[in-house]
Amino acid sequence: MNGKIQNLIRDITGKGAVSTDASVKGAIACEVEKTAFSQAARILKEAGFRLMAEWASDETFFGRGYAVYAAYNDGSDYLVIKSALPPGEPSFPTLTRHFQGAYRLERQIDSLFGLTPAGHPDLRPWIKHEDWPAEAYPLRKSFAASTAMPRVEREYKWAKASGEGVFEIPVGPVHAGIIEPGHFRFQAVGEDIINLETRLGYVHKGIEKRFESLSWDEAARLSGRVSGDSTVAHAVAFCMAAEEASGCVPTDRARYLRAVMIERERIANHLGDIGAICNDTAFAFLHYQFSILREKVLRTNLRIFGHRLMMDRVVLGGVSADITGEGVAAVLAELNEVSGEFERLVRIYEDSPSLEDRVFGTGVLTPEAANALGVVGFVARSSGQKLDARLQNPFPPYDRFVPRVPLLRSGDVHARAWVRIEEVRDSFRLVKEMLGELPGGPLASEWVRPLPEQSGFSVVEGWRGEIVYWVQCAPDRGINRCMVRDPSSMNWLALEQAVRGNIVPDFPLCNKSFNQSYSGHDL
Amino acid sequence: MLKIFHQIFRTGIVTEPLDPAEEAKVTLTGSALEEEVKKRFGGSVTIRLVDAGSCNACELEISAINNPIYDCERFGIHFAASPRFADLLLVTGPVSRNMEIALRRTYDAMPSPKLVVAVGDCGYNGGVFGCSYASLGGVGNVLPVDAYIHGCPPAPSRILNGILKAIRKI
Repeated sequence: MNGKIQNLIRDITGKGAVSTDASVKGAIACEVEKTAFSQAARILKEAGFRLMAEWASDETFFGRGYAVYAAYNDGSDYLVIKSALPPGEPSFPTLTRHFQGAYRLERQIDSLFGLTPAGHPDLRPWIKHEDWPAEAYPLRKSFAASTAMPRVEREYKWAKASGEGVFEIPVGPVHAGIIEPGHFRFQAVGEDIINLETRLGYVHKGIEKRFESLSWDEAARLSGRVSGDSTVAHAVAFCMAAEEASGCVPTDRARYLRAVMIERERIANHLGDIGAICNDTAFAFLHYQFSILREKVLRTNLRIFGHRLMMDRVVLGGVSADITGEGVAAVLAELNEVSGEFERLVRIYEDSPSLEDRVFGTGVLTPEAANALGVVGFVARSSGQKLDARLQNPFPPYDRFVPRVPLLRSGDVHARAWVRIEEVRDSFRLVKEMLGELPGGPLASEWVRPLPEQSGFSVVEGWRGEIVYWVQCAPDRGINRCMVRDPSSMNWLALEQAVRGNIVPDFPLCNKSFNQSYSGHDL
Repeated sequence: MLKIFHQIFRTGIVTEPLDPAEEAKVTLTGSALEEEVKKRFGGSVTIRLVDAGSCNACELEISAINNPIYDCERFGIHFAASPRFADLLLVTGPVSRNMEIALRRTYDAMPSPKLVVAVGDCGYNGGVFGCSYASLGGVGNVLPVDAYIHGCPPAPSRILNGILKAIRKI
């Protein structure tokens, strides 16, 4: 623990001696009185930290009540602040006056735990749709996962706009394309969007509750299905949190293979999405070209790792799929072919004025807004925020193979596409270099369950951005609570900011340039 | 523009994939499918997809059947934005409680005769998500399903196979 953190903890706890909560592994944790939960946020904000996640836990099985947690980050410092809520007081002070990113995270806590963030400006339910029974708080231990849920009559109060010529366009949850469901409500004047309100939660399938009923191995499988496009990164994040809690150290070879799979997942998704952005500008040619490259990458995955998306290849303690010498050669040959084609396509992207006309200056997320909202991942890096967990919190081999992280400030559709183009190039390099020095040895260490009450915190940079997990072990050494924070939970709010003032027909393009996860957000 | 022409000629026709095993599966599915499609839907079957709670992996593989390598449109398979034009409803995911109404409405909006094909292990029985306060389990718990396509997620070639199975059943 460095001096800066020690001083901050003294300021936050108001105590001379620095005491931390040793049951939390993977980050520095300290407990404060409920009344100091929000002051801690203020102190950390002034010290330059950002809010990463905020969540609650029902700790009844430890003979306590509820607790709320907030995770903060600055550079390579990660800090978790915890407050126990006394029994009979289901509320805590809101962090929204310090961090805008807490806005939906706290609505979620309120909806799923029935713990009220006192002072929050908007307590409409989130994820919990209006037709749920009001008293259904699924993440409480007293709520059985199989509880019947009759539909009740209630209405969701949408933001309204009025005035001459103002009209509303409701879109979704079923969208035109082959994509996930969500509802977007636009207020527009002519073609200009004056406000967008998003409502999500349609694909809420009770993932966090489900974790609590599964064995650790089954839970690893579930984590690979939180957001199917990021199956590797989510599974790595879950396993790292569990491994932190238990003290299990994955083998060297496993860590390299995890990183190789994370980078290959990044390449495949970026290839698909860069093409899809082009498609939304009606440039179908590049869409089809990029989709051919994506298919090549997926087929190599199938051949080498046995699954096109590499699902279930990350397990507790390591990985379940190995790569042979021939496999390495096949990946390198594929990389050479795909990267050559990729560069040809990028030159066409750069050389198409009609495409430029659509992507430059469209859907701008300013660096100020990005910072205020606490966005992460390529969305943050396109708006001047230098955030990448591979640099800030590198697990081996990222300490040896340092990613070259691109940074743009214009925050438009082009910036989000271009950052991803640069990341594809760098991931080609990383995969090549890591495979060149792949250490030998076993694929996995023996997995040992954590001790009761131990918890693990992990941060992994998936292709979409920073994924955060916090897993707490139950008294019976199962899972008491598994908190999942997909990058989308931070980034969805930014889309609403970015489309304001754009024209309605550009919305699909803006949305595609963010391409946030519905499933990872709704859980 | 010259770069684009150059790239078109370089690429050629990729609808013959590199892997012969994979290609045989797709072509077989495709040619058999074409006959059925011709018979049942006058040369084309129009699909409306609804993600009723999926993790998005099935969507990725369904999107892939539209890529130049699988090129589902050569068999008359076409994805539509509106259920009003659809012959076949493709459903992914366990059906979440929050999507149940939207799924039923989409089905009701389709003209008869209509087919329902559930994609993925979740669509069959809820998969890893099971049945809970938030998940109603398989698609069969909500709509009459004509075919299930197993897999997590099923590969694009298997998705084409499953669509064939559904068309033969009518």
